[in-house]
Amino acid sequence: MSSYHLDHLQHLETEAIHIMREVAGEFERPALLFSGGKDSICLLRLAEKAFRPSDLPMPLLNVDTGHHFPELNEFRDRRAQQLGGKLIVRTVEDAIAKGIAQPAPGEISRNRLQIPTLLAAIEEFRFDCCIGGARRDEEKARAKERFFSFRDSFGQWDPKNQRPEIWNLYNGRLNPGENMRVFPISNWTEMDVWEYIQRENLEVPSIYFSHKRPCVRRGGQWLPVNALVPPKAHEEVRELVVRVRTIGDIISTGCVESPATTTGDIIAEIAAARVTERGSRADDKSSEAAMEDRKKAGYF
Amino acid sequence: MPLTALASATPVPVDILRFNTCGSVDDGKSTLIGRLLYDSKSLMEDQIEALERSADITGGGQINLANLTDGLRAEREQGITIDVAYRYFATPRRKFIIADTPGHVQYTRNMVTGASSANLSIILVDARTGVIEQSRRHTAIAALLRIPHLVVAINKMDLVGWSEARFLEIRAQFEEFLPRLDIKDVKFIPMSALNGDNVVDASVHTPWYVGPTLLGHLETVHIASDWNLNGFRLPVQWVNRPNNPTDASLHDFRGFSGQIAGGIVRTGQKIIAFPAGIVTTVKQIWTYDGPVEEAFCPQSVTLVLEHDIDISRGSMLVGLDHLPGSNTELQAEVCWMHARPLQPGKRYFLKHTTHTVQVSVTEIVNKLNLATLESDPAPAELGVNDIGEIRLRAAKPLVFDGYAINRLTGSFILIEQGTNATVAAGMLCPPREIVKPENGDYVI
Ligand SMILES: Nc1nc2c(ncn2[C@@H]2O[C@H](COP(=O)(O)OP(=O)(O)OP(=O)(O)O)[C@@H](O)[C@H]2O)c(=O)[nH]1
Ligand SMILES: [Mg+2]
Repeated sequence: MSSYHLDHLQHLETEAIHIMREVAGEFERPALLFSGGKDSICLLRLAEKAFRPSDLPMPLLNVDTGHHFPELNEFRDRRAQQLGGKLIVRTVEDAIAKGIAQPAPGEISRNRLQIPTLLAAIEEFRFDCCIGGARRDEEKARAKERFFSFRDSFGQWDPKNQRPEIWNLYNGRLNPGENMRVFPISNWTEMDVWEYIQRENLEVPSIYFSHKRPCVRRGGQWLPVNALVPPKAHEEVRELVVRVRTIGDIISTGCVESPATTTGDIIAEIAAARVTERGSRADDKSSEAAMEDRKKAGYF
Repeated sequence: MPLTALASATPVPVDILRFNTCGSVDDGKSTLIGRLLYDSKSLMEDQIEALERSADITGGGQINLANLTDGLRAEREQGITIDVAYRYFATPRRKFIIADTPGHVQYTRNMVTGASSANLSIILVDARTGVIEQSRRHTAIAALLRIPHLVVAINKMDLVGWSEARFLEIRAQFEEFLPRLDIKDVKFIPMSALNGDNVVDASVHTPWYVGPTLLGHLETVHIASDWNLNGFRLPVQWVNRPNNPTDASLHDFRGFSGQIAGGIVRTGQKIIAFPAGIVTTVKQIWTYDGPVEEAFCPQSVTLVLEHDIDISRGSMLVGLDHLPGSNTELQAEVCWMHARPLQPGKRYFLKHTTHTVQVSVTEIVNKLNLATLESDPAPAELGVNDIGEIRLRAAKPLVFDGYAINRLTGSFILIEQGTNATVAAGMLCPPREIVKPENGDYVI
């Protein structure tokens, strides 16, 4: 009987493919959120597995905060082109210019502003479903979310009133204006993602691997020095050998010192890690419920 | 553990155990999960720091282990769990997916959500109060979902002086009603989730208990696969037809994509396509990684068939042995999850595999009495959190198996029309008639 056995990555993979195909079967106008980060790279491979030899039955959508790492956008565009996928990019910059998103006085972070930008894109293209690469092990509000996460006509998540989700029977029914966010890799851990990248031999943006970079010490982490993060006079700046463990905006993503140059090195590093991946993201540290609050407002 | 090391050292695949906690509100479920993660050294430094930070504000210096899974603001404010939290951890022996579910009766629907994918349920009981209605409700739901293994954690033993007599008394309360629920494997463990007794480490306070700790049991309990390898079933999710393919060989490609919900399929094998009822042959099993000769439950594949038959989303491809049932008249056990009660005559959408049909409720056969765990016949309605047996008439026939035979082809949900709320989880009773050939085809 042992030949009829799936290992744990194969289990996670078939679960995710099933969810992708449910999306294609149940929604009129789905989109797949593709940032170029490691989780959405896995999503794209899963979409290929779900839908080939056909074209992907949904466009790729990215909200560009204007604070992305340049390596990330380069990779995003190239990967989308390789796949023959249609890539839609909507920028926070543009949303601000059009009055869709309104920065608060002195607000530098684009974290909050990407929410109205996303909601406007959903409205513009009348998307009824967005597939995202969020995982439950990332954060404790995420740990509460369903595979099919219902959003009301304002894009809001109501964590106290989620639809029951039983077995693998997903209820994708919506009324006009409502929206679904679907997370096929909900059950994957950071380790699973890297093991999958290794097994599938997937390319990832270069910043996940060790490289030399000037960094500035701020808020207990090493931030990459760049035009948006100029070091202040009293701050310590060093050229370090680093990589990023999770990619957020260039102003809030901490770099970790690491010699990892291969996927195998990264897997070994994660196995020995003593902090979680989100430990290096300032955007989630701001309060206990930062993620929950953003999701309630319409964040992925 | 790096995959490279795994792959070369051990050919045996890693085993995942999915389990959930259940039991009444405040019996200590979230505390237990916190303790399990903490004592098994599965927490990262930043998670421990966050726990300690929140302890300073709210806990008077004591860390609150339940905060690890009670991730919503409202949960931490009220000190209760509202919705399921999923956590992942691994020991050298096994990988685990935990669903920490709420005990409050108002959130039973979320308990059902967390329990529906479990191989094992931990039922907690407060040693001071013993078995109460909610303990029986959750045990009954676990039994109904056919979760094969149960652990009864008799918790807060520190508050009853580690009394063996009390432990045995509560165990007897369970053993009195368990036979009515058809549960086979049950383990009783005395513990203190708060202090960590018998969770990861054996307790010095329970010399009279000789069994394993909770983690010891979770690591070693034998779990059989959930998947049924008899009787091929493939509910079609999506028709795979490339538009303007550049590759000429794909011009006439027409594949049927889905996750195998039972059995094994091989190229050259004869199958029946329902609802058409027509027999055809599997020409190719297409996957992204290349065609395969054979595929099995729960793999996701795309089948290319010999004949052009009307097949679309909601169709079911079935092997010629272990045939399913087919009917518009259905009987099922349901767990009702909505404040608007289920009443005879009402109409709902029923989603079964990939197929959604309209149904109307023709009869409520009985309702489970949670005080006695006996069935009361012919109730007027099923209210929220009630469990009962009902009859339904579907607008189109369902091709199905009994839930006891196949979880995937024997389960359904009911959806309220208009609000689109998911209002019930249903488990189909064995079909009264199996599909039969007529002149070579299987007309339903
Ligand atoms: N003395 C003692 N207290 C405990 C023990 N386990 C849990 N508690 C306390 O019981 C209270 C409720 O614990 P929780 O873990 O939140 O209970 P729960 O079962 O998750 O509750 P819901 O999820 O809301 O149903 C908390 O104050 C815990 O500290 C135990 O073994 N001994
Ligand atoms: Mg709880």
